[in-house]
Amino acid sequence: MTARTLYDKIWDDHVVHQADDGTCLLYIDRHLVHEVTSPQAFEGLRMSNRKVRAPEKTIAVPDHNVPTTLDRANAATMTEDSRIQVQALDQNAKDFGIHYYPVSDVRQGIVHIVGPEQGWTLPGMTVVCGDSHTATHGAFGSLAHGIGTSEVEHVLATQTLIQRKAKNFKVEITGSLRPGVTAKDITMAVIGETGTGGGTGYVIEYCGQAIRELSMEGRMTVCNMAIEGGARAGLIAPDEKTFAYCMGRPHAPKGAAWEAAVAYWKTLYTDEGAHFDKVVTIKGEDIAPLVTWGTSPEDVLPITAVVPSPSDFTGGKVEAVQRALDYMGLVPGQKLSEIKIDTVFIGSCTNGRIEDLRAAAAILKGKKKKDGIRAMVVPGSGLVRAQAEEEGLAQIFIDAGFEWRLAGCSMCLAMNPDQLAPGERCAATSNRNFEGRQGRGGRTHLLSPGMAAAAAITGHLTDVRDLMAETV
Amino acid sequence: MDKFTTLTGIAAPMPLVNIDTDMIIPKQFLKTIKRSGLGVNLFDEMRYNLDGSEIADFVLNQPAYRKAEIIVAGDNFGCGSSREHAPWALLDFGIRCVISTSFADIFYNNCFKNGILPIVMPQEVVDVLMADAKKGANARQTVDLIAQTVTTSDGQVFAFEVDGHRKHCLINGLDDIGLTLEKATAIDSFEKKNAALHPWA
Repeated sequence: MTARTLYDKIWDDHVVHQADDGTCLLYIDRHLVHEVTSPQAFEGLRMSNRKVRAPEKTIAVPDHNVPTTLDRANAATMTEDSRIQVQALDQNAKDFGIHYYPVSDVRQGIVHIVGPEQGWTLPGMTVVCGDSHTATHGAFGSLAHGIGTSEVEHVLATQTLIQRKAKNFKVEITGSLRPGVTAKDITMAVIGETGTGGGTGYVIEYCGQAIRELSMEGRMTVCNMAIEGGARAGLIAPDEKTFAYCMGRPHAPKGAAWEAAVAYWKTLYTDEGAHFDKVVTIKGEDIAPLVTWGTSPEDVLPITAVVPSPSDFTGGKVEAVQRALDYMGLVPGQKLSEIKIDTVFIGSCTNGRIEDLRAAAAILKGKKKKDGIRAMVVPGSGLVRAQAEEEGLAQIFIDAGFEWRLAGCSMCLAMNPDQLAPGERCAATSNRNFEGRQGRGGRTHLLSPGMAAAAAITGHLTDVRDLMAETV
Repeated sequence: MDKFTTLTGIAAPMPLVNIDTDMIIPKQFLKTIKRSGLGVNLFDEMRYNLDGSEIADFVLNQPAYRKAEIIVAGDNFGCGSSREHAPWALLDFGIRCVISTSFADIFYNNCFKNGILPIVMPQEVVDVLMADAKKGANARQTVDLIAQTVTTSDGQVFAFEVDGHRKHCLINGLDDIGLTLEKATAIDSFEKKNAALHPWA
C-alpha cells in the first residue's frame, strides 16, 4: 500500500463521492457554529424549507459579540445589532435542535476552546466552523478548517463539503525549546519563515521533537495560527497526550467505544516515506521569544531585534512595510524592547487556555502592572475561568491590576465593546495584527502570554527572559 | 446566485500586498444578519475618514474608478478571516472579478459561492493588467470565463486556469446545495458505514 500522510488518511476516510475531475464530497463529523457567520445560513435553510441534516453533530455557542464584563447578564451591555445576532443564534439553535451553550451557561466560551473542552473534537474527525481559526482543532489530529457562510449552510443541509484535496506541507520543529519560548513563538516563527501566503493550498502537518513535547494546549496554539501562514488546516498526529486529554470529556466515547476509538486513533500518523509537497525545518533551539512589529503576522522578529526598514524588503512588500510602519508609528532601527505600550490583552482562541493563564500568572506573581497600563485577561471559556480561580491565578491577575473578565473573543477582533482607540498600542496574545483589527487605528503587537505579562509590568515590549531571571 | 459568463468593465488597481478581510470589510459591519447592503462599507477604513467623509486618494473614491467591476490586486488578496461578508461587500459594491497572483484559500472559495470570479495570474501578467488598470476609466478590461481569458484595453489577451466544477457552477449560476442533495444516497450509505466503523464520530 502506498505510504500516506496523516492528512491523506483522514481525507480518505471521509470521501463520500469523488467526481471524475477530482472534486470530492467530504463528510463532516463536527460542525461548530457561532453567531456572526451563521444567521444567513440558517435563513437560507428556512427559505428553501431545509432541515439540519445532523443536529447531533452540530454545536453552537455565541462568542464573538458577547460582552466580557461581569455585568453582561444585563442585556443593556450589548449593542442592539450584537443582541440581535446573539438572539438569532438562541432562536436558530432551538428551532433546528442543535447542541447549544448559551451566554448564561458556565461552559460558554470561544467556540474553538469549548469544542475540545467538551470532547466534541476528537482525533481523525473532520471539523468545520464558519471561522478561520477552526485550524485550532488540528492539534488533535483532526482535519479542521474554516468555511464561509455559504458552506456553513451547505454543511447544515448536507453534512458534507465540496472540496478538492490540498497539498501536503511538513513543518518540522527539531530539538527542544529554550526557556521563555512557547508554542506561540513556534507558530509565529513558522509564519516568519514561510510568509502569510506560504501555506496557501496546503495542509500543514507539524511534527518534530519540540511539537511532541508541547501540551495539548500548546499544540492548539500552534495549529490555531496555521491560517495566518495561509494554510486552511494544521495537523499534529495524536499520541498518548492527546488520548489523555480526550479521556473522560463529556462527549468523548466511553468503555468499549473508547477502546475502539483509541485503536483507530493509533493508526493516525504519517507513514514512513510518505510524500510531502513542501518541507520546512526549524531548530527549536533557534527560536527566540518573538513579537510582531507590523500589520501582517509575517512581520515578526525576536524581541532582541530592531524595527526593520522598507529597504530591507523587495517587491510589493516595500510599499506594504512603509505603510505598516506609518500605521504602527514606528521608525526603522528602533529597538523592539523599547516600544512603549498602552494596553495588554491576554486571551483569544490562540492563547486563552489554562496553560496560557498559568504562564502569564507565573510572570505576574507578586508584581503589579505599570501605572497607566490598561490590562485585561479574558479566559477562553467559563470552565477555564473557573479553573483559573480554583488555582489562584485569578487572584494573581487581580492583585497585579488586571481586569478579570468573563469568556469570549473580546479584543482579539473587537466586535464587542473591548476595543482599542486610534493610536492605542496593545501587547496582545491573539492572532492578527491587521490594520484596525482591535479597533480602528489600534496598534497590535502579537506575542506569547508570558511576554504580554512582562510588557504589562514594564510598560514596554520586554524580553520575558529578563523577568524570568528575576523570579528565579 | 447570478451567473458569470463575460464581463467588460473598469478595473481598479490595488497593488498593496496582503489585503486582508479586515480591510475589505471591518468587523463592525459583521453584525448584520443579512447578506446585502455591505457595499457602502467596502474597504471602510481605507475609504472614509473618521467623520465619514471620503478619503479622496483611495482608488474607489477616484472618479475614474467609482464604477469599477474588476480589482487588480497585490499578492495574497483576501487573507485573514473566513467572513463571507468580504465577497458580499465586494459584490454589493459591484465588483464581479478580482485578479491577483494569489488568494487566501477561504476567500477564494467564498467568491465562487457568490458569483464573483477570482483569477490567479502570474506576476508578469498581473503587472501588465495593473498598468492597464492605472490608465483609468477608459481602459476597460474584458473577462471571458467561457474562453478563460482576460483582455486588456489595448487588446492583449491572457489565458487563465479555473477549476472545472467551479466554472460550471458560475456559468450556470448553480446552487451547490441542490447539486449535493442529488447525492443524498451516497451520503446515507457513508453515514451507515461510518456508524459501524467509527460509532463515536
